Amino acid sequence: MTTSGKTLKPNTSVKSALGRLASNQLFIPILALILLSLFVLIAKPSFFNIEFKNVDGNNILQGNLITVLDKASELAILAIGMTLVTSASGGQDISVGAMIAIAGSVVIRVVKGYAPDISGGQFAGMIITAFLLCVVVSALFGAFNGSLVAFFKIQPMVATLILFTAGRSIAQWINNNENITIKDNRFGYFGGFIPGVPIPTPIFITAICLGIMALVLKFTNLRLYSQSVGINASSSRLNGINPKMMKLLTFIILGVCVAVCGFIKVSRVSQIRYTTIGNAIEMDAILAVALGGNNLGGGKFNMTASVIGAYVIQFLTTALMSFKVPSTAIYAYKAVIVIVLVILSAPIVREKLNDLKKKLFSSQQTKVKEVS
Amino acid sequence: MTAPKKKQAEVQPKLNNKVALTETNLFLIITISVFFVMYVSAVVFLGGRFTKVQYFLDILNVYASLITLTCGMSLVMITGGIDISVGQVTSLVCMTCAVYLENKGGNVFVAFLIAIGIGLAFGLIQGLLVAYLNIQPFIITLAGLFFAKGLTTIICSDPLAIETNKAFLTLKGTHIKFGNNYIEIGVVVALATVIILFSVLRWTKLGRNFYAVGGNNQSANMLGINVKLTKFMAHLICGFCAGLGGWLLLMNLGSGNPANGEGAEMNAIASSIIGGTMLSGGVGNIIGSLFGVLSLATIKGIVPKLTGTSDDPWWPNITVSGMLCLFLILQSIIIARKNRKKA
Repeated sequence: MTTSGKTLKPNTSVKSALGRLASNQLFIPILALILLSLFVLIAKPSFFNIEFKNVDGNNILQGNLITVLDKASELAILAIGMTLVTSASGGQDISVGAMIAIAGSVVIRVVKGYAPDISGGQFAGMIITAFLLCVVVSALFGAFNGSLVAFFKIQPMVATLILFTAGRSIAQWINNNENITIKDNRFGYFGGFIPGVPIPTPIFITAICLGIMALVLKFTNLRLYSQSVGINASSSRLNGINPKMMKLLTFIILGVCVAVCGFIKVSRVSQIRYTTIGNAIEMDAILAVALGGNNLGGGKFNMTASVIGAYVIQFLTTALMSFKVPSTAIYAYKAVIVIVLVILSAPIVREKLNDLKKKLFSSQQTKVKEVS
Repeated sequence: MTAPKKKQAEVQPKLNNKVALTETNLFLIITISVFFVMYVSAVVFLGGRFTKVQYFLDILNVYASLITLTCGMSLVMITGGIDISVGQVTSLVCMTCAVYLENKGGNVFVAFLIAIGIGLAFGLIQGLLVAYLNIQPFIITLAGLFFAKGLTTIICSDPLAIETNKAFLTLKGTHIKFGNNYIEIGVVVALATVIILFSVLRWTKLGRNFYAVGGNNQSANMLGINVKLTKFMAHLICGFCAGLGGWLLLMNLGSGNPANGEGAEMNAIASSIIGGTMLSGGVGNIIGSLFGVLSLATIKGIVPKLTGTSDDPWWPNITVSGMLCLFLILQSIIIARKNRKKA
């Protein structure tokens, strides 16, 4: 109402357009991306270089931007599932890192049994089996989390605490805590490069996942249903939606996303490190959702904003790394960003900011009136 | 007509009293019996080191830090919040004090003050954000966890043992002996924390406010309780406990390591829940938390014995999570039954 009122006045039309732009959910992550890249451009212009390089007889693209797109794949895929879970259940899943360890362990368990010199067809069959098994296992663990949340009404973060504690131990149990390295080069295609293709494969996998999700959101009622469950579970139940099944479904979708991530993760290094694989990725995934301007208390969501948020986080990480910040110290910087974001999105702070904005606008309007 | 009404009025409070009694104490009884059953069966069936008094005292020695952490955690959980930063705050405290004592040759007393100061600082900021800005405690303490984790490695990224500071080493080596058995000073401090917090919760106005705020936010507000201040105090005390826990861990281990407190928050939450603190707030007991830690320690001692080999490192973790899952489901069933009764 207020914005439409403002657009009628020619004097404030520019401001209202800016206001509309600022109220768009995509504004925050894109602004963050622009500010970050400006900062990096000033501090280190060579960051944006991209060049062709010949590595092992394979022409590939190399550069920090490619690294960002490549490394952000897992995060972008996780952000899809995390956004849905956040929207429907009003909480976040903190077990994704541990579940990635389980998924990776399952893949390794299947692949390790095969001889390195099997034919292409056999290899494809084995990879498909490994992938399907890993999807099923992850979906089951997702369903476990989801049923605790949906049927026993435990807060999502506490319910997923169980797998957060046990997940890496389960991953160790699956492979008897052996350090396994897959020697077949072809296994590394999914996390690295396919011969003859200059772009890293995870980028394609992410594009496929995002495409599927876009189609699902376009042609099904998933968005509407999960949002309505997140906003008011009991009234959506009265309208014929089953909130419990909806919550369970979002957790299962997150489980499938986790399976894809785990597959990419183990393929990247062709081995499994139980304690470090997917370490602290839950923090990044939650941060991506928060950076996308989604309400962490559930309800409305914007998938595009979350995915862009994921790329912003990876950009930040890669930029910090290129400035020689030790990888463990990056947590501290990210934590500060989370705290600032959460404070800015707190309802009380928002109200105060809105009041401030109104005061500024009204003072300007009165000035305009005085002039006229 | 008036007589039956009066009777009802007389009966009603009595019933309520009974319900309140069972609710507060049911979990405590369950926890204590679970602990005793586990420990006694370990003594009877496994024998060996479980029969020795020193084994029990060693549990106390090793888990003194976790006991303090759990006390703070229970307090926050009673008000309906949660604090998952305590584990990494412990690491941060250990690391900072170790660097100060070893590399700077600092004073032990000042190091103790630093430890408490770090804990209080985390409690203060998180408490302010949670109580006065209404931010979800989980998010803000998750950020606190990662901030402490990053800061620890910025201060010093390699494990650092304290070997040259004599004052600290004498303090660390001081044992209280009972015949052949001994406990460390840390145990006394931890048990003192348990007793002080227990008395605060049971006999002071502040303590009752914690329960009221956790039980029902709005009605506590209507009763004139300062809800925000109470929540803030809970986080502040939890931060204090984290600082103290870090100091006790340093006294026990004698070295700073970024991995010192890893997973301690999960152990503390698990112990609190096993000890009968409800996640939804309003129900809990510090004595229960003490027994929660002891149960956890016993599980971690028994499970490797049962599986036969000590090089299967995954079973204790999986068992603890299984138990956590069981108690969570138990709690949710009890809450559901309570709600049905009300309806």
